[in-house]
Amino acid sequence: MTSTALVPEPLPSWRRYFGFSTDAKVIGIQYIVVAFFFFLIAGLLAMIIRGELLTPASDLVDRTVYNGLYTMHGTIMLFLFTFPVLNGLNNLLIPPMIGAPDMAFPRLNAVAFWMVPVFGFLLIASFFVPSGPATSGWWSYPPVSLQNPLGQLINGEFLWVLAVALSGISSILGAVNFVTTILRMRAPGMGFFRMPVFCWTALAAQTLQLIGLPALTGGAVMLLMDLTLGTSFYRPEGGGDPVLYQHFFWFYSHPAVYVIILPVFGIFSELFPVYSRKPLFGYVYVAVASFIIVGLGLVVWVHHIFPSVAQWMRNLFMVTTMLIAVPTGVKVFAWLGTMWRGKIKLTTPMLFCIGGLINFVFAGITGVMLATVPVDIHVSNTYFVVGHFHYVIYGAAVMGIFAAIYHWFPKFTGRMPYEGLGKLHFVLTFLGANLNFLPMHPLGLMGMPRRVSSYDPEFAFWNVLASLGAFLLGVSIIPFLLNMISSWVRGPRANHNPWNAIGLEWLLPSPPPEDNFGDHVPTVISRPYGYGKDEPLVEHQAEIERALTFAEVTR
Amino acid sequence: MSSSSPLRRPGSFSLIALALWIGLMVAISIWMAGQAQHWLPVQASNAAPLVDGLFRFETGVGSFVFLGVVSVVAWTLLVHRAEKYDESDAEPIEGNTRLEVIWTVIPLVLVMAIAWYAIQVNTKLGVLGPMEHIHPRNAQEELGGYLGDRLPAEQVEVIARQWSWEFRYPGRNVSSTELHLELDRPVTFRLVSEDVLHGFYIPAFRLKQDVIPGRAINFNLTPTRVGRFRLRDSQFSGTWFAANQADVVVESADDHASWLKQGAAAPLQSGLSPAVGEYADRQARGPAGWPTVVPAPPPQVNVPGSNSLPHDA
Repeated sequence: MTSTALVPEPLPSWRRYFGFSTDAKVIGIQYIVVAFFFFLIAGLLAMIIRGELLTPASDLVDRTVYNGLYTMHGTIMLFLFTFPVLNGLNNLLIPPMIGAPDMAFPRLNAVAFWMVPVFGFLLIASFFVPSGPATSGWWSYPPVSLQNPLGQLINGEFLWVLAVALSGISSILGAVNFVTTILRMRAPGMGFFRMPVFCWTALAAQTLQLIGLPALTGGAVMLLMDLTLGTSFYRPEGGGDPVLYQHFFWFYSHPAVYVIILPVFGIFSELFPVYSRKPLFGYVYVAVASFIIVGLGLVVWVHHIFPSVAQWMRNLFMVTTMLIAVPTGVKVFAWLGTMWRGKIKLTTPMLFCIGGLINFVFAGITGVMLATVPVDIHVSNTYFVVGHFHYVIYGAAVMGIFAAIYHWFPKFTGRMPYEGLGKLHFVLTFLGANLNFLPMHPLGLMGMPRRVSSYDPEFAFWNVLASLGAFLLGVSIIPFLLNMISSWVRGPRANHNPWNAIGLEWLLPSPPPEDNFGDHVPTVISRPYGYGKDEPLVEHQAEIERALTFAEVTR
Repeated sequence: MSSSSPLRRPGSFSLIALALWIGLMVAISIWMAGQAQHWLPVQASNAAPLVDGLFRFETGVGSFVFLGVVSVVAWTLLVHRAEKYDESDAEPIEGNTRLEVIWTVIPLVLVMAIAWYAIQVNTKLGVLGPMEHIHPRNAQEELGGYLGDRLPAEQVEVIARQWSWEFRYPGRNVSSTELHLELDRPVTFRLVSEDVLHGFYIPAFRLKQDVIPGRAINFNLTPTRVGRFRLRDSQFSGTWFAANQADVVVESADDHASWLKQGAAAPLQSGLSPAVGEYADRQARGPAGWPTVVPAPPPQVNVPGSNSLPHDA
């Protein structure tokens, strides 16, 4: 399947992380490190935003600057942090989890990754063009996004659309790779219902990418033509329809939320069994629910634009949106069922999973409120929505990503992360996220619109709390960075399975060799998560483990 | 629901304790539903009680679900923690079909019940006034042939701009940058935008409608409370989006009639447009920030009104 013979020999040690490598494990770490670089930038923008919102008046930055900051915060967090970091995890985890030597198309994989710094550069460069960056939000709704006061060809909005289109192409290339790898390169004996849930959710999420992204990319191309070539797809004065763009945009960008949260469900489904020492409760149903979410996720997008569509659409899309709570609930209950009567170990990854689970349930409840049209009409485009989706994306998804990083860090670096710093990171993150995002709900209910650079004085109290929470979140990243750098450099050496976890990736040395199992791919003989069942996952498991342990004590 | 083990039959003591705990959660949820009303602005339209009722209901149900999940998590953390140095696995429970069916059906019934309730509210809101009758702006209508004149409702044309709100009272010869409405009398707005998308959002009325350039949108409501409320642009509209707000005054029939009468007699003057003032300051201070669309000149109106008086919501 792979043609590793044609690929040049990898560079020694750390230097290969800075070059064009086709090794999925190198690419995975490249994705994650680049993603966190942009995470810090976008986080810094969020600090300035929250600084401006400490007081009701617009007094910290100019209003145009504020609009540019919140636009770039959202755009960078989504397209340069969340998607890349998840693709990084996909790269690291999918091949070892299914026993493949690499991704199906290693060079395509590297191309998809190297597009990220390119469009990242374009976005950051837009701060330095005369027009300033895009200022119309990460939705970039026309006609306001088409207003180009300087009239220059190279303007912030132009660079923004270009970057989003490149991001779409990069994600499509990635999706083709992940889907093909999961469908075609599983170890012998690993039928679909012996596949880890992370791979199920990755397959579901990447399928959504393939279905949804063309709509966004097509919509963005039309936006680019309206902006640059003077066409009128969305310009009302030329007979265009601005609401059409909203459909293109949300047809992808709602499923995009599931592209983000599904792999995080996968992470939770992997980690709760390990740290509860019990099989995943209802494995088959949890796996299949991912695809129910895919099906429903494709027919809910209008709930983002209830205030601009006709009544019949409102009721229809309200019902589809409510239905999605059911397969999502199935997963939540399955995790609770997994913890129930387990032997729970409160390690750093488990703490992040539990915190993420609680935040996610809260977000699910406000999500059901937002699905019901009459309530949504009141709170749409207010801080209630901002609070809701930050609970999903930071409270649940980013916490799940942290859990995954702490859990699989020893596997891919060969070093153990420090527990004390990890727990400190968890406590600061959980408190910071809740202090930051909870006050946004009362603000929205009171009627404070999102995206405002100034507000009426009655909103000041909750805004001050939210800003303090944001600054706490800013601090929370320090122990994480310290932990990652110091433990990677001089942390205690990890053995092949420090968490005593079940899974193909834990039958590889830490870090695994470049081609994982190479020619000795084990045959899978049972379902994943066999904790307490005393049955091997693969043939000759005892011998494999003995060899790994022997290599570790003699190194 | 999952507090009882799927494998072991619980004793009567634990059943009673569970029932008490569920009772406590129900009580807290009902209390939360009552609290929910205080998180919302005052109710100033006939739509508000309907929306708020649904929101209180959802808060109650949501609180119960949240408390339930947190209780289970807290219980497992208290009771099902591994002993120190215990490296063994727990009893391998792989699933329970009956439980899985239950936790599919109950949420399904619950969300469909909420959806049914929401559709009822939606229908009632529709009956109160045919919301958002969307049609292309046409020239004949622009000239004053107003369909709405034949309805009992008061007619108000709302013109959204970057960045000001203008309100015209056709047939009354009054225009204003402060929206005045008569208590308990239905009003039909005709929402138009001169440039980009705007959002016509009055939180105290619980109603919001996007204003879309190229379309005229009819939108009905009935104010039910005297007071001064805020109208906020809710769809991002550019540099001075945050400042694109106006006051809404709901007044008695007599006050409203005299306001209209005085307004008709007043000469046209520049209406409120905070963006115009800020833009002038910004130009005077020299280069700041990035280039911006220049604000439209303040609309010429009979009554500028105010947007700095204390408001109720």
